[in-house]
Amino acid sequence: MCLGIPAKIITEPNDNGMAEVEIMGVTRWVSLHMVPQAKVGDHVLVHAGFALEVISDEFAAETLELFRQMGMPGTENLEPMEVDFGATA
Amino acid sequence: MTGDLFADFRDPAHARRLSAAITDVAREPITLMEVCGTHTMAIAKNGIRGLMPDTVKLLSGPGCPVCVTANADIDTAIEISRQPGVILTTFGDMMKVPGSYSSLAREKADGRDVRVVYSPLDSLALAEKEPDRHVVFLGVGFETTAPTIAITIREARRRSVTNWSVLSLHKTVPGALEALVNDPQVAISGFILPGHVSTVIGSGPYEFLAEQYHVPGVITGFEPLDVLQGIWMLASQLAEGRAEIEIAYTRAVMPQGNRVAIAAIEQVFTPIDAEWRGIGVIPGTGLAIREEFAYFDTRVRVPVTPPEPREIRGCQCGDVLRGAVLPYECRLFGRACTPEHPIGPCMVSSEGSCAAYYRYTDHGKV
Repeated sequence: MCLGIPAKIITEPNDNGMAEVEIMGVTRWVSLHMVPQAKVGDHVLVHAGFALEVISDEFAAETLELFRQMGMPGTENLEPMEVDFGATA
Repeated sequence: MTGDLFADFRDPAHARRLSAAITDVAREPITLMEVCGTHTMAIAKNGIRGLMPDTVKLLSGPGCPVCVTANADIDTAIEISRQPGVILTTFGDMMKVPGSYSSLAREKADGRDVRVVYSPLDSLALAEKEPDRHVVFLGVGFETTAPTIAITIREARRRSVTNWSVLSLHKTVPGALEALVNDPQVAISGFILPGHVSTVIGSGPYEFLAEQYHVPGVITGFEPLDVLQGIWMLASQLAEGRAEIEIAYTRAVMPQGNRVAIAAIEQVFTPIDAEWRGIGVIPGTGLAIREEFAYFDTRVRVPVTPPEPREIRGCQCGDVLRGAVLPYECRLFGRACTPEHPIGPCMVSSEGSCAAYYRYTDHGKV
């Protein structure tokens, strides 16, 4: 029930705080009340017609970088938050 | 295409490496519990139990808001749908959930005006279109959903809508986790913490688990690799004797949560004691509508007295929700109780533990 679906903002919000987003090829109006910082082009998590949060592309890249690093010998036990992500951030 | 945005989080080669890393660190037996219906589904659908070493046991907890809603509360919603002039709107998940004597689906079949909506804003729009009816929104869900309802209530006031109200059955997660760590029947080593609840509340409200109970938790996303990463981080903490609240789902969760959402919840709701199916009353885990917004509170606008609740005979949904019984250990599972003919809420809701076990595993034994 707490499902959040990634969507891309495609219009500026109207007077009611609603903007159009694209969710897997379909457009829908969602409320941007909870993400006042969101801009057109940002990805947001949508739940029950509301954008809950802006998805951080930077952190997504960092998590993926961690997975990549885990493939290397000797890095299996790295602490995720201590990994140096300078190359990807 | 946003659909492919996180394809890398489903890469099988990475999954094998993570699974090997979990086997490597989990030398001692550990029991991890997820408390989010979407994790229940993700674990079952992606066969993650099958990737675990014998030392790692994964339990499903009370993570499905529909499932933990008490019979007395469902009975109240049903009674409201029977009042003249009322349109009851709800998320689809609630329709088939049995109360003591009926369900909303059965009430609809009997002619009550019960409608499924995608968003509370759709319910509010319906009220504006139907000025002669009173439109009730059945507010069910955890902290992910509560701010959407809070903001819709503020919208109703701003737009001066007079024929719309909310039956708030919302619950909050951290208090339920405390009840679980104090349950002598369930020994939990660590929690796979819910991703989107935490998008709203952040990591702070879980810190007591680590500090007071020395139970670690990792806020985890929903792609297969996210779940494996969360399990690996928990197994690593336990192997090293650490107990911390960590965030694996960094792309959508910040330690402080979403301040706008938290402020909306606090402005509109106040904590009350709430009854959880299988666990009982947990102090301060419900959200009642504040006096200031009482005009939008269904309990004030459409007061009803439902009949005395009763439990469903033979159904062990409550024990399943606490992790005390696995779905296939219930006598009804897969025999009298199936997704086609569900008896209890854990089989009705698509993200209930019983439905997930039934749908994706060989009766859950894998």
